[in-house]
Amino acid sequence: MGQTMVEKIISAHTDKEVKAGDFVVADVDVILAQDGTGPLALKQIEKMGFDKAAIPAKTVLFLDHAAPSPKKELSNDHMALRSFARKTGVNVSDIGDGVCHQVICEKFLNPGEILIGADSHTCTGGALGAFSTGMGSTDVGVGIALGKTWLRVPETFLFNITGEFSKGVYAKDLILHIIGMIGADGATYKAMEFAGPTIEKMPMTDRMTLSNMAVEAGGKCGLIASDEITREFLAKHGRGDKFVVVQADADALYEKTFDIDVSKLKPTLSFPHTVDNVRTIDSPDCAGVKIDQVFIGTCTNGRLEDLRIAARMLKGKKRHPDTRLIVTPASRDIYGQALAEGLLTIFNDFGASINTPGCGACVGVHQGALGDGETCLATQNRNFQGRMGNTKGFIYLSSPAVAAATAIEGKLADPLKYL
Amino acid sequence: MIFQGKSWKFGDDISTDHIAPGRLFHLRSNLPELAKHVLEDAREDFAPNVKDGDFVVGGNNFGLGSSREHAPTIIKLAGVNAVLAKSFARIFFRNCVNIGLAPVICDTDQIDEGDELQVDLGSGVIKDITKGIELTFSPLPEVMTKILSDGGLVEHIKKNQGFNL
Ligand code: SF4
Repeated sequence: MGQTMVEKIISAHTDKEVKAGDFVVADVDVILAQDGTGPLALKQIEKMGFDKAAIPAKTVLFLDHAAPSPKKELSNDHMALRSFARKTGVNVSDIGDGVCHQVICEKFLNPGEILIGADSHTCTGGALGAFSTGMGSTDVGVGIALGKTWLRVPETFLFNITGEFSKGVYAKDLILHIIGMIGADGATYKAMEFAGPTIEKMPMTDRMTLSNMAVEAGGKCGLIASDEITREFLAKHGRGDKFVVVQADADALYEKTFDIDVSKLKPTLSFPHTVDNVRTIDSPDCAGVKIDQVFIGTCTNGRLEDLRIAARMLKGKKRHPDTRLIVTPASRDIYGQALAEGLLTIFNDFGASINTPGCGACVGVHQGALGDGETCLATQNRNFQGRMGNTKGFIYLSSPAVAAATAIEGKLADPLKYL
Repeated sequence: MIFQGKSWKFGDDISTDHIAPGRLFHLRSNLPELAKHVLEDAREDFAPNVKDGDFVVGGNNFGLGSSREHAPTIIKLAGVNAVLAKSFARIFFRNCVNIGLAPVICDTDQIDEGDELQVDLGSGVIKDITKGIELTFSPLPEVMTKILSDGGLVEHIKKNQGFNL
């Protein structure tokens, strides 16, 4: 019997051939923690009596969730992370450098590797053909100290994706559709693998959007086989030599297979307060829903291609007077390119507030907390109650195109007429 | 390990944003302070009134969302020894084991708010003393039991100077 992608990658990091259900201790290649989870990881390392990092060159501490720091407590956390890095030689990705999942893919992660991260959306790296999964601070602290982690090899759900996207429909609509279909716990403990002709043609930016949201279906990772598109992505970021082919065997054993034809999809939204509470834009529930804040950014949809789509739609227009727009590029590279291409000027002229690359408003720390009863349409990955700093806020999720149309009209809007 | 205490009921999809919300991000390095707000966005009466030994009893997909280990940690700091739910989100479940808070998967529909419970982790039996009924659950896989019985992953690593699973 052949192996799935996840079985292959984990086997290569232990001394035996593994299959789904096995428990193993595996070597890890890349480790990340961020400013919300890193300080606790460092405390655990200290408690265990370690003072060194096992793989400093590929361990990265991100100051991205509170960047720049809005409070002294968080500034102190940042100091602790920087000081650990100076002591051990691990990398710091400082304020303004961007969201961990974007930067780790741009600069550190390669196909076939294992990445563990103290952040649930670490699954983003699956887009590069790496086994990439989120864990807690203790696991990641142990990983930093020992370069190893314990794992249960997950069973795999295969998502076979076919068809061409209609105009105005994107990878974000596909992943919201999938989560709506299988539920927020539909893939709990499972590896999700995205494959098929549509994925083979899909640009890396869209692959990352899919993999990013695997955890919103409960998945442990969201894997995509590496191919020419992966090779080009690595080459563009100066790591062309790190390319390897990682794919499942033809006779791999999948627990379930889902076939999805994307040509049937419409712009899709998640309604408050769960990601699987989905509607399509033509649903009567969407009609006339006023939106106070539109947020374009995050590790899900804050990439250059996302900003390009929004900018094309917003060019020469003004925001709806009752609706504010926040734009937060996912990384410094993206910010630089958006600047060079004039996208930031378009957003600024439209009336947007442009924030430092990082998580921004996504997690309710700063830069866009909601008021009581306010609504927000965000391109992020979750809309849980209280997520954006207020349990009395209402968060809707969508693609950047729906977000841009909504910023123009002040209510949930179909992007089609602006494309 | 046998624990006894009172049940606090929660619904489905209790996220880590309910347990340890982002707006209190700045308290993460001050866990005793953060623990004063544990689960407050799901039930305001829980944090001020929970007693040592009480149980958090949830529905489906308990602990979904962020990887923040602060969430199970402050539940434990509040005096809770075990969380009972119909199902758990993966990272939360793993974090519970690593920090030494027992995650128990069982049919929580049978348990009501305030029921006096006795949970025997070794034999996989929950006695609902208030109702006079017994529920069973499958014990954790061996690797997790080992970590949990060492008192969590930090203690396991300290004891063995590395993994010994
Ligand atoms: S952008 Fe949002 S979802 Fe992504 S890492 Fe930051 S807080 Fe988490």
